[in-house]
Formats: sequence, structure tokens, C-alpha cells
Amino acid sequence: MDEITSLMHGFVVVLTPYNLGLMMVGIILGVLIGVLPGLGGANGVAILLPLTFSMNPTSAIIMLSCIYWGALFGGAITSILFNIPGEPWSVATTFDGYPMAQQGRAGEALTAAFTSSFVGALVAVLMITFTAPLVAKFALKFGPPEYFAVYLLTFCSFVGMSKGSPFKTITAMMLGFALASVGLDTVTGQLRMTFGFTEMLKGFDFLIAVIGLFGIGEILLTIEEGLAFKGAEAKIKMRVVIDTWKKLPKYWKTSIRSSLIGCWMGITPGGATPASFMGYGVAKSMSPNGANFGKGEMEGVIAPETAAHAAGTAALLPMLTLGIPGSPTAAVLLGGLLIWGLQPGPLLFTEQKDFVWGLIASMYLGNIAGLIVVLTTVPLFAAILRIPFSIVAPVILVICAIGAYTVHGSMFDVWLMVIFGVVGYIFKKLDYPLAPLVLALVLGDRAEDAFRQSMLMSQGTMSIFFANGLVATITSLALVMLFWVPLNAGFAKLRGK
Amino acid sequence: METPEEKSAASVKTVDAVTAVVIFLLGALVIWDSWRLGAKWGSDGPEAGYFPFYIGLILCISSVVNFIAALREKSGDSFVSRSSMKMIMSVMIPTIIYVALIGGVGPVSGLGIYVASAIFIALFMKWLGKYAWGMTLGVSISVPVVFFVLFEIWFKVPLPKGPLEAALGLN
Repeated sequence: MDEITSLMHGFVVVLTPYNLGLMMVGIILGVLIGVLPGLGGANGVAILLPLTFSMNPTSAIIMLSCIYWGALFGGAITSILFNIPGEPWSVATTFDGYPMAQQGRAGEALTAAFTSSFVGALVAVLMITFTAPLVAKFALKFGPPEYFAVYLLTFCSFVGMSKGSPFKTITAMMLGFALASVGLDTVTGQLRMTFGFTEMLKGFDFLIAVIGLFGIGEILLTIEEGLAFKGAEAKIKMRVVIDTWKKLPKYWKTSIRSSLIGCWMGITPGGATPASFMGYGVAKSMSPNGANFGKGEMEGVIAPETAAHAAGTAALLPMLTLGIPGSPTAAVLLGGLLIWGLQPGPLLFTEQKDFVWGLIASMYLGNIAGLIVVLTTVPLFAAILRIPFSIVAPVILVICAIGAYTVHGSMFDVWLMVIFGVVGYIFKKLDYPLAPLVLALVLGDRAEDAFRQSMLMSQGTMSIFFANGLVATITSLALVMLFWVPLNAGFAKLRGK
Repeated sequence: METPEEKSAASVKTVDAVTAVVIFLLGALVIWDSWRLGAKWGSDGPEAGYFPFYIGLILCISSVVNFIAALREKSGDSFVSRSSMKMIMSVMIPTIIYVALIGGVGPVSGLGIYVASAIFIALFMKWLGKYAWGMTLGVSISVPVVFFVLFEIWFKVPLPKGPLEAALGLN
């Protein structure tokens, strides 16, 4: 049981007053970020990342990951009380959460949502604790071709799993890769696509893209909807919490199903948003109360919340072990690792034990702390939501501008952020997915390096991606994912005959 | 009858098609620049444009598909109504002015982020929120002050400052 020993060591790292303090700060900031429109997990972490440059990496990741957990919790508050999803992954929570609030069962819905978030996260953290070291050990055998194949699998999964047009997914992804390749090419020392502008030398920073695409873009979308917050009364009494907790074990099947869906969707880069919809959909079709879904059924809150939180947490498994983030927020955290001078990937588990196990231990503690914080402070956050948008919006825009500026201390980045904001707004409305764009921007250089090294090894033939059993399997899987939509349609036709 | 406010400022079809064309041009730019750098197999391995060349190529192909899909779209849905467009512009224009105020444009030097933020928040609250002056000034001055303490003093992250900070000796 090496994992248990390592985990205990991780708890020792986390349990210092300083780290626990950062954890609480992170959770509270995270819930705030999750509640406010225009500030989400990904860009919230992106804005705060520059402030952690001088911190030690373990403390920094504890704070930032806690912001992420807080944001996951916070999204549910707005969904249930205001019928406004604070985060994309809490859209499915509005279906039954808001009707419950309207029936005067807001406390019950919130308790159910927070508790199931916690359960989902716990399952995912347990999964990470015991499988991450194995995956990391396995990944130590990976060479450049294997790595490229895994990148390929990641990106092809986006195409196969995309809800809209797969070509729009490909377009968004390729835009990310193209933006990533701008600037100084580290291998040849040549300038790529800078067109004589010195500002473009350092390339496009993904943090700027995240702040613009998710922050400014989201604000524009919110304003267009002409927001008026009219919410249900928010108070959670201890009695309601205990009564709800008594009811929850009844839905254990839904919880397990959603946890599994969430873990799977988090590891494959589906992310929390599709996981929540899938969790809701599966629960609806399999539950005996399925017909009541949408009318204020508690199970309809449990299913998406468990899945979303499990997926959000599980997304850190591929990030830690392979250096491949399973969600945009995980991608930002990965960017953080690179900035702090840590090389994500399997070696982290042998060379940076304090960091990895400190992070994993903080996931347990952070989620417990998060559950307590949200259960006790809901009225406070609901009050924040009642601040009119004409005050909140400019303040959020100011925060975004500061966040963009602090990345490199350059005004050019603030302008870029505005441009990315407009692009984000247009892309959202045209159903171009933003997650693959961000992931491609983060992973672009690493994917290209893996590709180049593989090509050098094979002297330019693609057959290296089928050279041994392992790499051939991953590549084939990637191709199956890429052509998943037509393949699936083909199978359906065959079965129909 | 549609009221003029609900009238569409642009249809999804048009925006979708225009976006596809813009992305195609970007893809072409990537191909062109990669070709200039060399997108082939050099003496010591793949040249600098090798990988981006294919990225540009896929970008162009997929945007052609998106373009055709946009043209086939028959629904005629509105991308944004005129009233929404007005709302968006009432946020975008102040934001652009705000960013210009922070750092200045060309030879004109900026006011720094704190003064610009105060003006921006005040404008926003007065114009869109129609708040009384007391409330407007209270919020628009206190928020930048909080940020000043947070960033300049607590985190020691310098943000752009202008003539006011210089006059107060806070630089």
C-alpha cells in the first residue's frame, strides 16, 4: 500500500496553517467565481495564476485547485436559486434544481447538490489516489511517438464526442494549434508567423486567451440576455440538511452511475459539462421516477452534480500523469505547472512527491472544506448575486483587464484579451467549442515537439505511429474516435437492417 | 409584425459564413508563412514550417466545410437582434475606451489602470445603471483603491500607473 503511505505524507505537507489558510481562501474565492457570471473556473484560475508565480508550487497548486473546487460548488448556487447556471456544467442542475426552489425546497436542493458534488469528487479523488501512480509508472515507458499518439487520442476524442458539427470542433482545435505555433520556434530558432511585430515574438499566451474567451465572451453573452436576478430565498437550516442527508442514500444507484460517468468523462477530455448532461440523461432514462424529472425531482439534481464534480476532479488524473489536461481549467493548472518550473508527466510522481501527494491530499481536504463552506455561506453568496449587473459587470471587466496585464506586464495582452473576448462571443453563438481551442493552445508546442521527435526517429515516415503494439493501439483508438460519428451511424444502419 | 427592436442585426447564416471565410484566410496565412519558412524535410529533420503547414491545411479544409454548411442553413435564425446588439455595443465601446485609457494610444500616454478603472466603473454605473452620483462615486473610487492595496502593496505586482499616482508620489 505505497499509495496510503504517500497520501499520509501528502496530508503532512498540506496540514500546515499556511496551506490550510490558502485552501480556505481558494475555496471562498472559487465559490465567488463560480457564482459571478463572467468569472468561471478556467479564467478565474487564469487571472489568479500570475499572483502565485512567487509562491512555492505546492502551496500555489493547493490554492488554485481549491479555487477550482469552489467554482464547481458555486455553479450550483446560481442554478438552483436563480435558474442561471453560473458555470456551463451546472446547466443540467437548473432542470430540477430551480423547480425545487420554486416549490420552496431550495435548501433541500442545495444540500442535495453540494452533497452529491462532494460524493462525486470523493469517488474521483479515490480513483486518482489509486490509479494515478499506476498510470504514471506505465507512462514512464512512453517515448515521443506514444506521447504524440496520446495527444492525438485527446484531440480526436473531442471530435468524436462533439455535440455539434465535428468540423467546427476541428476548426477550433486547429486555430488553437495555429496560435500556439506563433513566435520563436525553439528547435530551429526561426520566427513563425510574427510578420515583423515584436509583440508576437513570445507568441500567444493561453492565459490571455482563456481570460478573453471565457471572461469577456461570457459577459457579452450575459448582457445580451438582459439579466435580471430574481432568486428564491436562500437559507439552509441544519434540520433541512440532516433531513436531506437522510433521503440521499436512497439514490445510491444514481450516485454510483453518475460518479462512473463523471470519472470516465473527466479522464477522456469530455469534461464536466457533457458529463453533467450525460449523468442527467442516464438517470432520467434509468430511474423509476424518470417521468418526474424536470418537475423538481431531487434525483435530477443529484445525477448531474455528482457527474460534473467527478469529471472536474478526474480531469486532473491525465494532467498529473501524462501532462494532458482533461478540461480547460485543468489546462490552466497545467500551464501553472510549467510556469512554476515543474514538468508535468509521469516523472512528477517520482521527482516531486511533495507536490503530487500534497495536491491529492488537498483534494480530500479541499472538498470537505468546500462542502462546509458552501453549506454555511449560501445566503452570503446569494446576496452577492443580488448586486445589480451594472455594478458587477464593470468590476469583472476590470478584474479581467488586470488579470491579462499581470501575465506578462504588457498592454498588448489587454488588447488581445478584448479581441479574444469578441471571438469567444461569436464562437459561442456559432457553436464552435472553446475547450479544444484552449487545450490545443496549451498543448500545441508539446504535441509538435512529440511529433517532430517521432519524425526524426523514423526519418519522416508515419509508420512509427504503428511501430509497436502500444503505440498502434493508441493511434487506432484515436482514429476510431476521430471517425466516431460516421462509424456510429454506420453501425446503426447495419443494426437497422 | 416585428418591432424594429427585435429585428435581426445579422442572421446566423451570414455570421457563420463570414466567420468561415475569415478562418479560411487565417489558415491560408498559416500555410503561406509555413511555406516561406520551409515546410519540407530539411537536412536535419523537419523544417520550422512542417507542422504548422498541415495545421493550416486542415484549418482551410474544415473552414470550407463549415462555409458550405453555413450556406445550406435554411432556418434564417437571427444571430443577434438590434436591441441586443445595442446592449453589446454599450459594453464593448466603453471597454475599448477603458483599455485605451489605461495605456494610452500611440503618442498619448495613458492614465494608468486605477484612474481608468474608476472612470470606467463610474461611466458604466451612471450610463447603464442610472445610479445616483453618491453611489456611483463611492463604488467607482473604492474598487480601484482596494485593487491598489491588493496589488501594489500586498502582492507587490506593479500595474500601469499614470499622472495621478505620480502626483501623489505612489509610483
